[in-house]
Amino acid sequence: MRKLSFTVNGKAHLLEIDARESLLEVLRDRLEYTGVKQGCAVGECGACTVLIDGTPVNSCIYLAAWAEGKDIRTVEGLAVDGRLSPVQEAFVEEGAIQCGFCTPGLVLSTTAMVESGRTFTRDEVRRELSGHLCRCTGYQKIVDAAERALQEAKQGAE
Amino acid sequence: MDHNVVGKSVRRLDAIAKVTGRAKYTDDFHERDMLVGKVLRSPHAHARITRIDTAKAKALPGVVAVITAADLPTIRFATAGHPWSLDPGHRDVEDRLILADKARFVGDAVAAVVAEDALTAEKALHLIDVEWEVLPHVLTAEDAMKEGAPVIHEFRPNNVVSSFGVQFGDVEAEMAGADHVFEGDYETGIVQHCHIESMSAFAYVDTDGRVVVNSSTQIPHIVRRIVAQALGLPWGRVKVIKPYIGGGFGNKQDVCVEPLAAAMSLAAHGRPVRYCLTREEVFIDTRTRHAMKLHLKTAVSREGVLKGIHVQVLSNTGAYASHGHSIAMSAGGKFRPLYDFKAVKYEPKTVYTNLPVAGAMRGYGTPQIFFALESHLDDIARKLGMDPVELRLKNLIKVGHQDPLTRNVVRSFGIPECIRKGMEAIRWEEKRAALGAQDGPRRKGLGMALFAYASGTHPVALELAGARIVMNQDGSVTLQVGATEIGQGSDTVFAQIVAEVLGLPMDMVNVMTTQDTDVSPWDSGAYASRQTFVTGIAVRKAAMEVRDKVLEVAARRTGLRPDEMELRDRRVVEAALGREVCTLEDVAMDAYYDRLLAAPITSDTSANVRINAMSYGATFVEVDVDVETGKVEVSEIWNVHDSGTIINPRLAEGQVHGGVSMALGYALLEQMLFDAQTGKPLNNNLLDYKLPTLLDTPEINAAFVETFDAAGSFGAKSLGECPVISPAPAVRNAVLDATGVAFHRIPLYPQAVFEKFRETGLIKQRSVEHV
Repeated sequence: MRKLSFTVNGKAHLLEIDARESLLEVLRDRLEYTGVKQGCAVGECGACTVLIDGTPVNSCIYLAAWAEGKDIRTVEGLAVDGRLSPVQEAFVEEGAIQCGFCTPGLVLSTTAMVESGRTFTRDEVRRELSGHLCRCTGYQKIVDAAERALQEAKQGAE
Repeated sequence: MDHNVVGKSVRRLDAIAKVTGRAKYTDDFHERDMLVGKVLRSPHAHARITRIDTAKAKALPGVVAVITAADLPTIRFATAGHPWSLDPGHRDVEDRLILADKARFVGDAVAAVVAEDALTAEKALHLIDVEWEVLPHVLTAEDAMKEGAPVIHEFRPNNVVSSFGVQFGDVEAEMAGADHVFEGDYETGIVQHCHIESMSAFAYVDTDGRVVVNSSTQIPHIVRRIVAQALGLPWGRVKVIKPYIGGGFGNKQDVCVEPLAAAMSLAAHGRPVRYCLTREEVFIDTRTRHAMKLHLKTAVSREGVLKGIHVQVLSNTGAYASHGHSIAMSAGGKFRPLYDFKAVKYEPKTVYTNLPVAGAMRGYGTPQIFFALESHLDDIARKLGMDPVELRLKNLIKVGHQDPLTRNVVRSFGIPECIRKGMEAIRWEEKRAALGAQDGPRRKGLGMALFAYASGTHPVALELAGARIVMNQDGSVTLQVGATEIGQGSDTVFAQIVAEVLGLPMDMVNVMTTQDTDVSPWDSGAYASRQTFVTGIAVRKAAMEVRDKVLEVAARRTGLRPDEMELRDRRVVEAALGREVCTLEDVAMDAYYDRLLAAPITSDTSANVRINAMSYGATFVEVDVDVETGKVEVSEIWNVHDSGTIINPRLAEGQVHGGVSMALGYALLEQMLFDAQTGKPLNNNLLDYKLPTLLDTPEINAAFVETFDAAGSFGAKSLGECPVISPAPAVRNAVLDATGVAFHRIPLYPQAVFEKFRETGLIKQRSVEHV
């Protein structure tokens, strides 16, 4: 066992973990952040994406021990005071959600794009999000939602 | 017709739960002291177990139970998710045990371990000692039917599960008298559903001694029946709970993990046990879509009138029957209410092999047969020198058409308009005229294909749906259904139906999204694109009962007759004057608290729907073919649908986008591969199996032609499976248009396309000089 100290959605945690545990397992099984989804457990589908110091990472192939001192964000941390984040709002409004299993990961990757402050063409949006598999939507409305969130962020910044 | 809520793109009810991560799926529930179940799988495609020793595994600290077939009831059961049939001749094939007594494919489950944690369970699997007698195996349907082929199930010594076909008219006479007879062979590959949530269940024995199974399923009421049958329990001793589910696509219209999860818990003295498949296991031990080989022979007049068709289908169902017999049969029923054949002879054969089990997958056999038929029609059009659209237009049925076999009547038929709309959207005439003859390394082509589909399964199977509505004190209502929300948006559509009938805003209609077989009304579940149509009828009936009761109470209050009033925007209104007479809240409060007459307003009803409605549509597609690499890319695609009234356009578009994407994977990328010698899977993961990513998926265009079908709620017909049917043949026909090369097998992945281009001389083999 080893000690792990990190923050999740702004809250500090100190845990004893098994060195073999993935960040996904620690977040889901120990801390009950079940918004972090497991789709393949080997880094193929992107459902388990979390933001580690702002960067989207597949938490299923990231050892929990590596998260020492880091700031983790999960989908549960996006809404503030009961209000959806602009990215969440865009996913809802564009109808980008069907079964919802890939949604948390996609919302987090889109959040990282928005927070980067960069602008993206539609083709670049497709490339940026291509690490996420979705079987329900054909990705159409997901790309629409990401574009909407990026557009709104840009307008907000102007 | 003017509606307030129906026809509007209202926000889906579960959007907030899903976008905030609060929606709980099967694996998100934790019970105290929960154990983990893991399965030992056969490394052989076909093998008898001569000895199995679990002593060492049982002795491993942390192991709670190890079970094999010998520890379980020897009850053979059927897994297909259909309503039970009272007619024994109409039941699914009972060929399955919870754990196999003989391995019939690589991955067949032969033993299970229940342990305190996953690592201990994995370790224990390695300690189970199995002695195998390896048997000869067969992987193709042709081999399985040969004289002397290995027998996979003793009760089917020729490996043929079913060969029940249908016919009408005199096909032989049509062939004999026809100007032309065309024949063609077509073949489809094995693909997998790839819902992003795994197949998962957990089970425990409750304090009342009943077995509780929490499962990611499309069919909770059917799961209850099958778990009870498999374990030899009275049906009422089993309870099934279905929370949010992360996609199903037909795979979860089958009972794959629940009986074993229950058996694991029983072996662990009722402690909670989770049995969640890894992605690799999902590929091999759930279900796949049937690989089919289809031979079509068609009699055609010189003017292009289709006279008769003879279809022979060979369907590879793998090691267990699942839905196999039913799928090959069902596939033959969908094209008849589209093209007006005088004679049809449909001969399917569903065959056991030593491959993973094929079952229900979005389209239920229809993608296969329409790939064959719509490819065949383009081949015929080319031979006759006709435009492919013209050939189809010439042979369409008309409204009022009655199928001679099912007796289903076509009451709405939007195909001609779908074709017109699709041609216009893709600029069919203009682009085709501009293309002309091409001989460069990159060529463009246009293709199209049509489809027809049903709304539910009538008259083949029971179509029963339940709905229950309770009106709350403030006039809001809570709806319960046994039909399952699996991501398609059915809960939202049901709420829209209720809101429309009762004059309520959407936020006053609550839908209980979790099904619990103790509580939820009976419904067979999410399959056959049946819920908006079949369950929608039950929901509307329940809402109308509630409306009638509201008007009775309002009549008591006002002295007006019920038929003089209607419900609008949370109010009871005197219809002739548009005058509010009371609010819905007034009525509800009376119903709860009137000291003399209180009786809460509820409805608990069901609909046994003995009618069907055909849905239609067309795909129009433009492709870019790279002749030198064999890469086919879709540059523009339109799916135009006649699904009757569209109750929620945004959700409907979502169905089309997802279905088209799945169909493009089917057409161009996806196939499960097996080693030809051993039957071992070669690509059972999401990296090697080519599920379309964002970069493989083009922009997808959805359009609708709204007809009104009197059979459905507010005129609605089916949609869920429809978009997955016609894109594959349309893409294939576009490649034909681009290159003149007729493909007969999907997927059109670069290697296959390249090889075919070589074979047909499109790519010249360069002479190689050896030095």
